[in-house]
Amino acid sequence: MIEVKDIKKSFGDSQILKGISTTFEAGKTNLIIGRSGSGKTVLLKTLLGIHTPDEGTISFNGRVYSELSKDEKRELRTEIGMVFQGSALFDSMTVEENVGFPLKMFTNKKKNEIRDRVNEVLERVNLVDANNKYPSEISGGMQKRVAIARAIVNNPKYLFCDEPNSGLDPETSILIDVLIQEITKEYNMTTVINTHDMNSVLQIGEKIVFLKNGIKEWEGTNEEILETKNKSIVEFVYSSDLFKKVRESLLADAEDEEKENKA
Amino acid sequence: MIIRYLTQIGRYFIMLKEIFNKPTKWSYMKQLILKEIDDLIIGSLGIVSFISFFIGGVVAIQTALNLTNPLIPKTLIAFATRQSVILEFAPTFISIIMAGKVGSFITSSIGTMRVTEQIDALEVMGVNSLNYLVFPKIVALMLYPFVIALSMFLGILGGYMASVYGNLTSSDEFITGLQTEFIPFHIVYAFIKTIVYAIILATIPSFHGYYMKGGALEVGKASTVSFVWTSVVVILMNYILTQLLLSS
Repeated sequence: MIEVKDIKKSFGDSQILKGISTTFEAGKTNLIIGRSGSGKTVLLKTLLGIHTPDEGTISFNGRVYSELSKDEKRELRTEIGMVFQGSALFDSMTVEENVGFPLKMFTNKKKNEIRDRVNEVLERVNLVDANNKYPSEISGGMQKRVAIARAIVNNPKYLFCDEPNSGLDPETSILIDVLIQEITKEYNMTTVINTHDMNSVLQIGEKIVFLKNGIKEWEGTNEEILETKNKSIVEFVYSSDLFKKVRESLLADAEDEEKENKA
Repeated sequence: MIIRYLTQIGRYFIMLKEIFNKPTKWSYMKQLILKEIDDLIIGSLGIVSFISFFIGGVVAIQTALNLTNPLIPKTLIAFATRQSVILEFAPTFISIIMAGKVGSFITSSIGTMRVTEQIDALEVMGVNSLNYLVFPKIVALMLYPFVIALSMFLGILGGYMASVYGNLTSSDEFITGLQTEFIPFHIVYAFIKTIVYAIILATIPSFHGYYMKGGALEVGKASTVSFVWTSVVVILMNYILTQLLLSS
């Protein structure tokens, strides 16, 4: 579980995060959503320790990040898996080497043990026969799978994903979302996903934190988000024509139902 | 502007300190060092050999063509070639070329890793990215004196070939000239400079790649800026070291 308490972060004169408090629970897919510039990426990078908050604390299962020594922070980072927006695979390494990298760096496993574990996770993300290919030789969807495999190979306690569906077609996006959710349950990880993809929100948003101008505007589940009356959420969720039509249809159904009940 | 430069210099020295913190696992580091030796040292031998051989030849021809006074012995051709090659051409001129070849490679490869979040990925995993990326380059470039030794040999060989086969001097005269007033400390001086340049070649381009911001266009800009600053620092260090080591 990750607990965030009153996080504030500024760059120069501009305050990006204006006191955010929330909890990301273990075994659940926690989503951070919001418009571009709302502070999602800064919040994610602050959780990862890439940015240091000006005020507030972040606790990883009770361990307050700012109170940890440098070595303890590095130790904690070995418990973190991260899927970057652009996958961030190492160009000079094959798929197998990319996935096996955390094991080679942080464990004393033998070569054959590493190969077995790599094959196991690659199979888990439904990626076979790609071990010896370089990132440039595989598709964007496959790169995302490799990135997920690399993130989970060392059994992390926390998984962070920065817009995992960015640049993927709708079908592959759903597959990646489902894969992340399944893995979260299997490994009982605390997964935090930064996204503005409404399909993901509805599909896997077990906990959703909505940011607006650096403030937590709303939090709830994927079921609650469809029923909320919060104006900012309604504007955000129903900003696309598709969702507008879905909403109109839902409202029309509800009206019909009401009429039938009255009759 | 001065404050900006001072900030950058301070940042550079903090980076140097950070390179030696939290070392990468030795079994992994070995592979990285071997790869860097291949990329930075072995990969540069061809161009260094080619340039050294022909510049050595040109220095010999230029000296011979300017020796119009019959009282000046022909042995001066070899003497001038040796001094030019050992004192300046091999250590300094080749380092400027290496700033272009190796320096741009280092800046663009690290810069691309920055742009594509590969450095962030290393940091998030708990890897000291500066140690992982820069330390193997520093170790690999500790073999740079061998490149310069080869450059010295080929430069003088080029001078010999141009002089003897171009009928500018005889083989005996050239070899006599090579041995005239030879000061062994000049070799030591050249290699001290080489070691300093090796550290500059590994760290300044790394600094520009590691701290760059932006996209693909900025990677290109960073490579150019890196080449300029590496060359400037090499030339400045050349002056300082020459003043310290030879003029006392």
